Amino acid sequence: MNEIVRSLETPALSTLGGIDCDVHPAPPPTAALLAYLDEYWRETFVMRGVDRLSLAMTASPPRAPINARPDWRVEGTPAGAMLETVRAQALDPFGTRIAICNPLHGAMIMHSDDMAAALCGAVNEWLAREWLDKEPRLRGSIMISAQNTELAIAEIERRAGDRRFVQVLILAQNDEPLGRRRYWPIYEAAARHGLPVCVHAGGSARHAPTATGWPSYFVEAHVAQAAIFESQLLSLVSEGVFAKIPDLKIVFAEAGFTWLPSFFWRADKTWRGVRAETPWVKEPPSDIVKRHVRFTLQPVEAPPEPDALARTLDHIACDDILLFSTDYPHWHFEGTAALSAAFGETLAKKILIDNPLATYPRIAADLSTEAAR
Amino acid sequence: MGRHVVARVDEVDIGKSKLVKVAGRDIALFNVKGEFFAIANRCPHEGADLCKGQLVGLAESDEPGQYRMTRHGELVRCPWHGWEFDIRTGKSWCDPARTRVKSFDVSVANGGTVVEGPYQAEIFQVSIDEDYVVVEI
Repeated sequence: MNEIVRSLETPALSTLGGIDCDVHPAPPPTAALLAYLDEYWRETFVMRGVDRLSLAMTASPPRAPINARPDWRVEGTPAGAMLETVRAQALDPFGTRIAICNPLHGAMIMHSDDMAAALCGAVNEWLAREWLDKEPRLRGSIMISAQNTELAIAEIERRAGDRRFVQVLILAQNDEPLGRRRYWPIYEAAARHGLPVCVHAGGSARHAPTATGWPSYFVEAHVAQAAIFESQLLSLVSEGVFAKIPDLKIVFAEAGFTWLPSFFWRADKTWRGVRAETPWVKEPPSDIVKRHVRFTLQPVEAPPEPDALARTLDHIACDDILLFSTDYPHWHFEGTAALSAAFGETLAKKILIDNPLATYPRIAADLSTEAAR
Repeated sequence: MGRHVVARVDEVDIGKSKLVKVAGRDIALFNVKGEFFAIANRCPHEGADLCKGQLVGLAESDEPGQYRMTRHGELVRCPWHGWEFDIRTGKSWCDPARTRVKSFDVSVANGGTVVEGPYQAEIFQVSIDEDYVVVEI
């Protein structure tokens, strides 16, 4: 009990003027997407009753506390379903200047390449019309299904002209490890348009969420997410994605980050012994990660003592790596205490503003245009 | 400290190594295609004998999926953890500035010149008919 009381009282820093890099408007009910689908999909979805399915991604039961903070729940709709509540709950209280929307829709993991692409396109269009058109603080992510390279690139090309879309969104678990060459054309397309690729926690339910097989309980699937991200980080570095596409930036969302020190030590040490196997990896993996990969803040899986978090940050030894996020409406902190005082004022400013601007050239361009006016 | 006769040339075959002790130091002597190199024997990581490591080439790449092997046999892989050391310079490939071993100048001299000095031959009898490896410390 003492532990909980203390963690609630951990002082937090102001987030005023920050760039929130992971906000979740609730994915729309399928019926709301019909207007954004072409005639074929519209008619067949209605005929097959697909319009009555919720295709939101569910890793946990709807009433699981982590899905939505109690004070952010709205009776009768999923949390984050309405623009006015997102304004009142996710933007205004934090003094957020820009927030990047990541609606997590099942289109990213469907078996049918064509249906997945049609739905990704519809969700992206819905996001542009229903959210970005109405709220200038919001930015979008180009949601794609990574399983079909051609269709994924077509969606990136279709959407990239709209500068309010600031990144490409995929999930942490796909059919193959993310470093594999089948995904490179997607990364090349993203980099060509100045779009980081956001890899968000979650994945297709057709792959076990742990490397040892299917777990029984939610706690296992949830905690194991960090191990999925570790594997993806290794894959991206070892397969040479960053050697091939030096302009590529990857954003890990909801990956946590306090596991990085042991990952860095283990990866760097092992690389020294076997680096001849991947001669395109010419620097310690930790250096490559620090240059190319960014991590959204919430949920912070830090120990309750502020000193312990500070020690972890010392071990990570890179001030550029964290991007502010609330992970709204998921329940990770109370009130507006999203940014622990343990980060200190200087690093806090980097996390809130400088690092996001360095990661998202489109946001940086918008803000410098605003400043020039 | 001077020049030390450490081995007969025919004691170290091409591609092989030999541990020699000179003036209290353990030195790993290597023969690469008839050319001799000497570095401190103790790996700075955890102390393995570098003389027991495998001589390998330098694996390089311009991009993922492309492989190039150069400098055949000029690196030694530590037998314990595989760290590569350049036997010409003693520098490790992964961390050349901080992780390195001392390297020594090596030459080959005929026994006839060696017996005249100023060489030091601590270990064995020198014959004027043989060639010897000389390490400078």
